[in-house]
Amino acid sequence: MSGKPVIQVRDLTLEYKLKSGWTPAIRDISLTVYEGQIHGLVGESGSGKSTLALGLMRYMAANARITAGTILFDGQDITHLPQNELRKLWGKHISLVPQDALAALNPSLKIGQQIAEIVRLHEGISSAEAHARAVEMLNQVRIPDPEQVSRRYAHQISGGQQQRVTIAMALIARPKLLILDEPTTSLDVTTQASIIELVRDLMRERNAAALYVSHDLGVVAQLCDHVTVLYGGEVMATAPVVPLFTRPIHPYTISLLASLPRHTQATETRLRTIEGAAPALDMRTTGCAFAARCPAALDKCHAARPPLEDVGEGPDRYVRCHRWREIADGTLVIETAPGQTQGDSAPLPGHVLKAHDLNKTFNVSGMFELLTEKERTGVRALNDVSISIRARSTLGVVGESGSGKTTLARAIIGLEPADDGTIDLMNQAISLNLNGRTRDELRQMQMIFQNPNDSLNPYRTVGDALARTIKRLSPDLTRDAVRARVLSLLEAVRLTPDYANRFPNELSGGEKQRVGIARAFAAQPSLVIADEPTSALDVSVQAVILNLLKDLRAREGVSYLFISHDLRAVSYLADWIVVMYLGQIVEVGDADQVYALPSHPYTEALLSALPTPDPTVNHMPIVLEGDPPSPRNLPTGCPFHTRCPRKIGKICETDAPPWQDAGGDHAIRCHIPADELLAIQSKGAP
Amino acid sequence: MAATNPPATPVPAPSIVSRGWRAVRGAFSEIARRPLSLIGLVLVVFFIVLALLAPVIAPYNFDQIIRGAARQAPSAEHVFGTDMLGRDIFSRVVYGSREILAIPAATTALSLIFGASIGLFIGFRGGWVDSIISRVLDALLSIPALLLALVMLATVGSSPGGIIAVIVLLYTPIVARVTRSSVLSVRSTGYVEAARLRGESLGYILFQELLPAVLPALIVEGALRFSYAIFLTASLGFLGLGVQPPSPDWGRMVNEARDSFRITPWSLWFPTGAIALLIIGVNLLSDGLRRIFRREGQGL
Repeated sequence: MSGKPVIQVRDLTLEYKLKSGWTPAIRDISLTVYEGQIHGLVGESGSGKSTLALGLMRYMAANARITAGTILFDGQDITHLPQNELRKLWGKHISLVPQDALAALNPSLKIGQQIAEIVRLHEGISSAEAHARAVEMLNQVRIPDPEQVSRRYAHQISGGQQQRVTIAMALIARPKLLILDEPTTSLDVTTQASIIELVRDLMRERNAAALYVSHDLGVVAQLCDHVTVLYGGEVMATAPVVPLFTRPIHPYTISLLASLPRHTQATETRLRTIEGAAPALDMRTTGCAFAARCPAALDKCHAARPPLEDVGEGPDRYVRCHRWREIADGTLVIETAPGQTQGDSAPLPGHVLKAHDLNKTFNVSGMFELLTEKERTGVRALNDVSISIRARSTLGVVGESGSGKTTLARAIIGLEPADDGTIDLMNQAISLNLNGRTRDELRQMQMIFQNPNDSLNPYRTVGDALARTIKRLSPDLTRDAVRARVLSLLEAVRLTPDYANRFPNELSGGEKQRVGIARAFAAQPSLVIADEPTSALDVSVQAVILNLLKDLRAREGVSYLFISHDLRAVSYLADWIVVMYLGQIVEVGDADQVYALPSHPYTEALLSALPTPDPTVNHMPIVLEGDPPSPRNLPTGCPFHTRCPRKIGKICETDAPPWQDAGGDHAIRCHIPADELLAIQSKGAP
Repeated sequence: MAATNPPATPVPAPSIVSRGWRAVRGAFSEIARRPLSLIGLVLVVFFIVLALLAPVIAPYNFDQIIRGAARQAPSAEHVFGTDMLGRDIFSRVVYGSREILAIPAATTALSLIFGASIGLFIGFRGGWVDSIISRVLDALLSIPALLLALVMLATVGSSPGGIIAVIVLLYTPIVARVTRSSVLSVRSTGYVEAARLRGESLGYILFQELLPAVLPALIVEGALRFSYAIFLTASLGFLGLGVQPPSPDWGRMVNEARDSFRITPWSLWFPTGAIALLIIGVNLLSDGLRRIFRREGQGL
């Protein structure tokens, strides 16, 4: 890197005080970020990435202390700088973009005031001048109509705009170092794409240094110049982005890249996974932190901690592994190709579920509106949605937040009954409402929940939870048969029998989710609805869960309705995909068709917004203008016309688009005929 | 996966009972570590022992008039002195602890049962049922407690049963509201929805799935209700609507002693002091419980 170093961390060790005493959270970390460089910091939860990112600006929890190492900021040693000196640095020279923008913004100050406050404090300029600077900054972070937005409060703007405001706040004092702590994790892919582009352009313009913390390898590959991989509080590898992704030499990096879900043609493939879970803070060993989960670990890996070694190819490539030389020269190969599942799991003919013309409107009116007969404004969450799911197959539902995908899942399962429409389960019409369904109908359809932490009753053992479900749904089983089924379910989700006696708080997130899956399979269902089952999990755990779902589909012969905003996870598991936008289906087809051209312009944008975990691919996302319109007040004509980059004219605003046949079962709801769509889309982005 | 799981050794099954017992023991050891909570616990236990062993501890019966011993100051013979009629104040205070503990205990238990049931139901059910019942509860809450108690006891006449009924009516809406708000945060969790998906009955969902989650809040609320009920019982006694004579009632003892304050001031000191000590004890204890269970609630 050509620029001069902005922050240099040398052998930093930071400890937390736990019940068991002082425990190192990060150990011997060295890291340098140069001017004009975006440095990526990747790691799973618990790897210490946030501790490091905040610790290097000396922002630490009350129970934390630095026990070794130095931090040089712009040549100045800030390792032991007193608090009042630090406060002069923070906000002016080092600033932070937090993950949760809404929580970081003051709800009682107008946006403009909050931003202006920073320059007023650090530069002592008049409030009129500061306000002008704030509006100018809002303009730079590409907020439309900045003057107007500066007069609003944080809750009155969308999540993407809130994140832009925090970026504006971080950059207004022209800091030398910007720390971004997972700024796009809670955003939709389309919004994420525009934020990434914004960060890249702003950093380039200002020649400042940035540290970008993320668990998303795709984002890091597309945005960063240099990447440091953390595991168990230690640097595993650090390298410029291209060699790190194209020629990884640390087993953890290799395994992590291999565990990313991707679109595969065959249904029998399995992702490579990293066995086990990351060690808890006070459970770390003397050997290599990754040894317990490493596919290539030797005895010495468990016994001695490998040093961080210079790989010797250009500057700044280091790795911490006993066996990196073998990996680098090709004598040790870590398997990365997807494996095969057991058994045949191709879809069967015949449908397990057909839902026809489901509608759902949420009335936001309270008692007052009911009494005063005021005009009711409803949110149309589902608008004539029809789907059908074949036996032993997976229907994936994708869309941004607010597209109605979760509402669809909940309407089908009956937790949030649809207002009208019909649902046929195994060719039998069933009640829209859960309470009107028979025990057998309940047994046929079960659900895997999004948040593993609240999907199990904390006061009940795993065994009790499973046994109760089995007994309720298959009341004829004897006690012994129920017991046997509990054990076989645990085995199916790869948990040992002793888990039956454990309480949920003794389980990791991934283990809880496996119990949640076991419960859904308790009474041999024919359809399992999975609502974002992996979105709360780490990358390596996500691969395990996705594999498990695939195995169970083959073993139990079930179908899935798989809801996700993660297009990669959907494409890995789904045979058919529906794309939803504002409560409507806009495209439907088999997985290959949806991922190939022609696509609905919305699908096209969604797919292009997905960051590829390969820095050599020149990634040009189609950035959608603005935010999705309010579902309270749907646009006329095609609901997507307000953001559509391929809008053809007045007709999009006035007429609802027809279904265009794109061959086979593939259909697109657009005014542009399928062959024309194919022609314009093959030419590239609009 | 198998590699990460510990080998399948037979693990002794921790039943829900032993887990609950562990939690209770944990709560006690937590209390023991806080000096103020410990004082509260000691005070409450002290009064409970006093009430249970009243016939053993009290040297005289509560309504026994000792000839020639009226208006005596505290002495070795009568540690708290005697009142205008010559009754032993110490014995009356000791016996009085029975009423002042029994009535609030009964009202707390009943209002917890009714309030929790209503709160669980409306919190889980939601919708218009919740709106209507909640408004009714609000209406009940808006009536001043003492005023309602006075009016009702004046009409039905005061008896222990009447007092209990009135206080239960006053406290049930409060407990119901606290329960309802705790239920709101768990009613849409995965495990409650999973119970609905396997067709569990309403009762099962309310008492097996939701109740454990709101129990910490209920215990804290119960301790708080208990201390308020003591206060209210004593106030009613003071106003002459408590337990009728000759059975001793700390509130009425205070009222009676008011008239003779100049002659026998000790007859005011001791019942007043007893009320104060008991309420301080219950409050210190409930404060400790609140801190302990709030933290545990976050952990689970």
